[in-house]
Amino acid sequence: MKPKIGVFSFSSCEGCQLQILNLEEEFTTLLGFIEIVNFREAIDEKREDYDIAFIEGSITRESDIEELKHIREKAKILVAFGACADLGGINALKNLHPQDSWLPAVYGRRDLFSDTMLTKRVKDIVPIDFTIPGCPIDKGEFLRFVQSLLLGVQPRLPDYPVCVECRSKGNVCLVEEGKWCLGSVTRAGCGAICPTFRDPCAGCRGLTSAPNIESLCNILTEKGYSKEEIKNKFNIFNGLEVINI
Amino acid sequence: MSHDINIKHITRVEGHGNIVLNIREGRIEELRLEIVESPRFFEVMLIGRNILEAPPITSRICGICAISHTAASIKACEDALGIIPSENVVLLRKILLHAELLQSHILHLYLLVAPDLFGAGSVIPLAASNPDIVKRGLRLKKAANDICRVLVGRHIHPIGMVVGGFTKAPARKDLDEVRRILESMIPDMEETVSFFEEHRMPEFNRPTKYCSIREENEYALYNGLLYSKDNPLLEVQRYKEFITENVVAYSTAKHVRSGDSPIMVGALARLNNNYSNISDMAKNAAQRLGLAVSCTNPFMNNIAQVVECVHSVYDSLNILDVLDANLSSAPFNSDGKGGLPAIEPHEGTGVGVVEAPRGSLYHEYGIDDKGIIRSANCIIPTAQNLLNIEKDIEAIVPAILDLPKEAIERRLEMLVRAYDPCISCSTHFLEVKFIE
Repeated sequence: MKPKIGVFSFSSCEGCQLQILNLEEEFTTLLGFIEIVNFREAIDEKREDYDIAFIEGSITRESDIEELKHIREKAKILVAFGACADLGGINALKNLHPQDSWLPAVYGRRDLFSDTMLTKRVKDIVPIDFTIPGCPIDKGEFLRFVQSLLLGVQPRLPDYPVCVECRSKGNVCLVEEGKWCLGSVTRAGCGAICPTFRDPCAGCRGLTSAPNIESLCNILTEKGYSKEEIKNKFNIFNGLEVINI
Repeated sequence: MSHDINIKHITRVEGHGNIVLNIREGRIEELRLEIVESPRFFEVMLIGRNILEAPPITSRICGICAISHTAASIKACEDALGIIPSENVVLLRKILLHAELLQSHILHLYLLVAPDLFGAGSVIPLAASNPDIVKRGLRLKKAANDICRVLVGRHIHPIGMVVGGFTKAPARKDLDEVRRILESMIPDMEETVSFFEEHRMPEFNRPTKYCSIREENEYALYNGLLYSKDNPLLEVQRYKEFITENVVAYSTAKHVRSGDSPIMVGALARLNNNYSNISDMAKNAAQRLGLAVSCTNPFMNNIAQVVECVHSVYDSLNILDVLDANLSSAPFNSDGKGGLPAIEPHEGTGVGVVEAPRGSLYHEYGIDDKGIIRSANCIIPTAQNLLNIEKDIEAIVPAILDLPKEAIERRLEMLVRAYDPCISCSTHFLEVKFIE
């Protein structure tokens, strides 16, 4: 029997679910192996008999918590899907500001919409089985993930840094050129796509299990970055991680 | 006859939304398009950050129009910093806006509108019943995404598209590949026009104020002045004289007006405003599809999207010709040697406006003398259309009240979907409760 899949979205840009639709060539093939039973972005059906739930987005409202817990109860496997779900991502940037400043900054008044809270990761609310990292997720990684599950193989993420992939592409090191780049402490698997375009790695796939933060900070300090600047680079995606700089 | 129509979770109009519509004795008692999306507070996130971080952060507002957000953000930054990008940089940004418009319109037309034309619940049954149509749509969408992949790594959250230019200038072979992709789209675009030629949109007319940017000699997507008929052209920096935002209690999105009038933005508004500048191939498509400006039928926004797709393919090819010729003579980026220009911040504000697939997109940042953001404002196309959608529903309901309730439901769905409020919104979202 084909595994049934649900795709659910919380606070996010919905780009990670769009990546599924961006599998233009593989999409119809994929439908031969899985059954999509709940995917608001693409279909009108809303069923609750999903085996695998992909959770996109951060949790930013009390009402999200109940919904997420409900999905967890129904799903056999729950996957944090993309940086917002995995790390809090960009959504966590608001946590750096006092909560009573949020509404006035956007709406000019504070009495309107109270249902907002500090951004949380999916794993802060319910146990997760797997993570597909990235902002956005990598389509190939998603396909390999589904493939592994279909074959009964435990999906695995690389635990070496982006630097490894970057070097194997023969890229000139951005840090050596004096640019900030978090590739040396960030989990690989993206093919070092950003530094390959000579844009620094901002850490969207999260840190490796044993990142050498201190060494990177020392180098960046030598290159003239202040502590504050380095901190700001880390918190673009990893603001909820405890990182000592 | 009385109806209570509660459209729950219009799954994302830049997020989640509901429509509440109560009809008593043929009269609308209550009508609200509620946006209940969890607000994400981008304006807060940006405060205290270096202005150069604004484009990659605001790209994350929307996965569907990430390039437009990046472009509007970059333009606001460059306006604040006094940076003038090179001609080549501008040309490449224009191609990227075309590519994003193509992928977004095609996604809407093929994956969300086409199922409706066949009475299919979604693209999945349509893929089984009419595989050729779905495959053509996916082929076109892939082509548009491939253009982005070649130039900026991917469509969702473009890489290396930064203040001043591009971190990696395209090589000749990249431009050749983009040309090859664009040329491969032409037969499928032709088929797309024929396909929509066979399907007529419902008749419904309600004139409104059509807003977009406008440029003298070009169909404006990247540069232009703020324009709507009977209004003087305005510099983008004066956008607050052009549109106003009001907070509405039932919605986390704001209502937008121009003067006292609701406004419509997007493909139809752009065509109404700038038809004379669209390419001949696109004009030809408009004639075949029965789109004559000024068109006041919001359902025709779908058709306007088809016409814009044709234009974007041919205009991108034209831009490529210029870029090709320039590449050997002019340095790509702006510092005179092909590198990114130096940043010299000073206190001030900057505004950037582009035409995103769904309409005009505004970013504004205020910075201090260190280039740190002190204030930010973003006005998103879907928010600008919300009030107008409400007014359309108000106007269309009396005319369709005598239809069976499924037909009312379907017609309202199609109406909201025609605005392409954002991808997931356009799937079937109506949960209608009728009280007889």
